[in-house]
Amino acid sequence: MRRLTCKETSLLVSQSLDRKLPWGERVAVRLHFLRCEACKRFKAQIQFLRKAVQRGAEKIEEASALKLSAPARQRIKRALRKQK
Amino acid sequence: MERTPSATKSSSPERWLDEHGDALFRYAFLRLRDRDAAEDAVQETLVAALTARKNFAGNSAERTWLVGILKHKLADHWRRVARTVTVDTLPDADDPDELLERFFDPANRDHWRVRPPAWSDPDAALEDKQFWGVLSDCLAALPPAQARAFSLCEFDGLDGTEACKVLGVAPTNLWVMLHRARLRLRHCLEHNWFERQR
Repeated sequence: MRRLTCKETSLLVSQSLDRKLPWGERVAVRLHFLRCEACKRFKAQIQFLRKAVQRGAEKIEEASALKLSAPARQRIKRALRKQK
Repeated sequence: MERTPSATKSSSPERWLDEHGDALFRYAFLRLRDRDAAEDAVQETLVAALTARKNFAGNSAERTWLVGILKHKLADHWRRVARTVTVDTLPDADDPDELLERFFDPANRDHWRVRPPAWSDPDAALEDKQFWGVLSDCLAALPPAQARAFSLCEFDGLDGTEACKVLGVAPTNLWVMLHRARLRLRHCLEHNWFERQR
């Protein structure tokens, strides 16, 4: 089996969060992990990223400090009045 | 807006706008990455809420009810978009190998240029209010196509097949976009948070 590069491994590791990798790719990634601490950490860190985003969706929204623009607010108000 | 005394709780959709408008907008923007589309979604939501008002049993919080309607509006939006334009055609859908070369060195058998270092106590970050601000900024810095792909899969927990349908892309494209988004976000968090915690 050909050895994976870090670039290839990082793509497979990222995919493994979104689909079940075929057996051959899973083995290749595990072999790569045996000699590459960096890719192993990459996997743990993007898993953490997923956990953070899923747990903190509301906190992220609040932190974004975005607001409806004044014109949009007016437009929506008009639409609501028309509907009444 | 001045609230008139006669504006009772149930009969003032304009109060929904005042109290929930920004929150609905943030919810929509984070997922659509498009100001106009997010504002339209808020408008459609409140108008729909107005007509469906009598169905609101009041046994869920008003915000939850409105977000529920918004979710349907977002789903409609994605269906419309999927029919018209595919994400592949967006200008930033692929920033070809340039981005990857920032992270991996082709002259050195595609090894990491900078190996991801260990993060100290990432879970502690989840308890820190400032961390969410950093993560929010990092998300905002993603190119829109990557941000949309990432938001759909991670915020809304769509699986790959659903996300592809919504975005109108092939799975390989989706995986490439998510890979790039994650490389960027990981790097951004490291640079703006974890390096500073040391």
